Amino acid sequence: MSQPVVELTGICTAFAGNFVHRDLNLRVEAGQIVGLLGGSGSGKTTLLREMLGLLRPTAGSVSLFGFNLNGSDALAQRAVRRRLGMLFQHGALFSALSVFDNIAFPLRELRCLDEDWIRRLVHLKLAMVEMEASHGKLMPAELSGGMVKRVALARALALEPELLLLDEPTSGLDPDRSQNFVDLVSGLQQALGLTVIMVTHDLNTLAGLASHVAVLADQRIIAFGPKDEVMSVDHPFVTGFFGADRRKLL
Amino acid sequence: MSAPPRLHVESGRVLLSGHWTLAAMLPDLTGLQAQLATQRSVDVVWDLSALSRLDSAAAVLLWRTWGNAWPARLEISPLHRQVIERVAELPHEIAMPPALRIHPIEFIGSLLLKAGRNLQGMIILFGQLLLDVAFLFKHPADIPWREFTANIYKSGAQALPVTALVGFLIGITISYLSALQLKSFGADIFIVNILGISIVRELGPVLVAVLVAGRSGSAMTAQIGVMRVTEEIDALSTMGISRTIRVVLPKIIGLTVAMPLIVLWASAVALLGGMLAAMLQLDLSFSYFIESLPRALPVANLFIGLGKGLVFGFVISLVACYFGLHVKPNTESLSSNTTSAVVTAITTVILADAVFAIFTRHIGVPQL
Repeated sequence: MSQPVVELTGICTAFAGNFVHRDLNLRVEAGQIVGLLGGSGSGKTTLLREMLGLLRPTAGSVSLFGFNLNGSDALAQRAVRRRLGMLFQHGALFSALSVFDNIAFPLRELRCLDEDWIRRLVHLKLAMVEMEASHGKLMPAELSGGMVKRVALARALALEPELLLLDEPTSGLDPDRSQNFVDLVSGLQQALGLTVIMVTHDLNTLAGLASHVAVLADQRIIAFGPKDEVMSVDHPFVTGFFGADRRKLL
Repeated sequence: MSAPPRLHVESGRVLLSGHWTLAAMLPDLTGLQAQLATQRSVDVVWDLSALSRLDSAAAVLLWRTWGNAWPARLEISPLHRQVIERVAELPHEIAMPPALRIHPIEFIGSLLLKAGRNLQGMIILFGQLLLDVAFLFKHPADIPWREFTANIYKSGAQALPVTALVGFLIGITISYLSALQLKSFGADIFIVNILGISIVRELGPVLVAVLVAGRSGSAMTAQIGVMRVTEEIDALSTMGISRTIRVVLPKIIGLTVAMPLIVLWASAVALLGGMLAAMLQLDLSFSYFIESLPRALPVANLFIGLGKGLVFGFVISLVACYFGLHVKPNTESLSSNTTSAVVTAITTVILADAVFAIFTRHIGVPQL
């Protein structure tokens, strides 16, 4: 069996004594597109932040590509972080940089690509997320909510990461665009063998994209597996979430 | 982790294999580029069918190697062809906006215009505040008492320790240095005049103004600025709450009220420091110092000092709020506006101090 891309073992997270996660385990294999579901406040974003190493769990270990994120070697950590891309819920674009510079930023940080190469790559990413080249000189403050999301995705994809973490990727996009987003990510997944973990509430995105579904409830992952298997799990959250739309997904 | 990118050349065929991705290419990027550059001749067959992965960075690299055109003979899987097609569809030259060059004279002119616009903006803000005050006179129920008292506490009460410390040290320094000079003239008792006039009339207000501009002024700009960045200001407006009455006015009135009090406090502590140094250095007793202070220091000086505090407090908070309200929603603008607010506030305070000095030159100076 190959090495898992993300492996969470025995994660406990507590904020001021309140447990958000208790003994949570998750193992994501390469090439899976995992939809992470859960009620609001169930700690989905917290879990993503722990996978990124932004937040250290109270107990338990997180390993990405078999590398323990809580290790101390700064260079090794940077190497691991370059293999993942993150789309934050609100974009988290650098507000002092233009759209072009935002996307070029991770590429420039590699310090070994020339400007022409970077320019082509940035325009490729812009085209990928259906933005025009002329949008490159806009500042993040001048963008609409949906555009911010697309630029943030372009930035997350700039290094063509092996692992893509998406926090509510399609919220704020119109249905047409979110369908394009689904096509884009599944296309990338085929071409590059991406592993994707996404937090989403949008059933269409989930239906179109996810190969696996993980359900976060009662402070742990109550179900993880292929989409149709998880849907038949008998748990109040699962039946409630899929309830009316069960047919749409199939 | 992944198979490194490889390139084989055999009798007119260039065979690429492995993972051609940015991450995999990074360790030996220059070596790969050099290898590819040697294969620029037209006649080779490019065999990419053994590629396991191809990302767009590698596609750009190949496309550039091919001189921005498809090679005559290419073997590639449809999936990878798509990746390269995307690169091929890019316009060859993408015009970048030319960098702006600014002439020094233009720069000075734009700076002056900006200063003029800021002045105009502050006058407009001041006018708005007058209208708000008139409105509050008619509708006293709308007076934001809580915000007002909170601001007096934040910019007044919480500033007491730091102003006391700085005032005390300055008092000691001035007293100590003056004492050295006065001793050589045998004019020891004039230390009371020097300390009284310089601290109460001049140093107290200016010192406190500089401290408060750095402490409360920057906080006001940053707070209003962040409220603008996060659209909280707009949220207030949509609830029908005037942002000037609820946010700006309490800050300005709060600091205008608090400043004279801080000036009084800081001057008193500075005099105490001076008194202590005079006792140690010149053997001038506390009781003598306190007795002769009213004679050496006409009470008009105290009013000038307090008046300065009032004006400085108003100027600092007006400037700080103005710059806060004009923060653009990005981090760069927030930091530059906070800097501008503090610098402008201190400069304006010094200017106002000079104006005070000219107009009060006949008042409160004891005639010997």
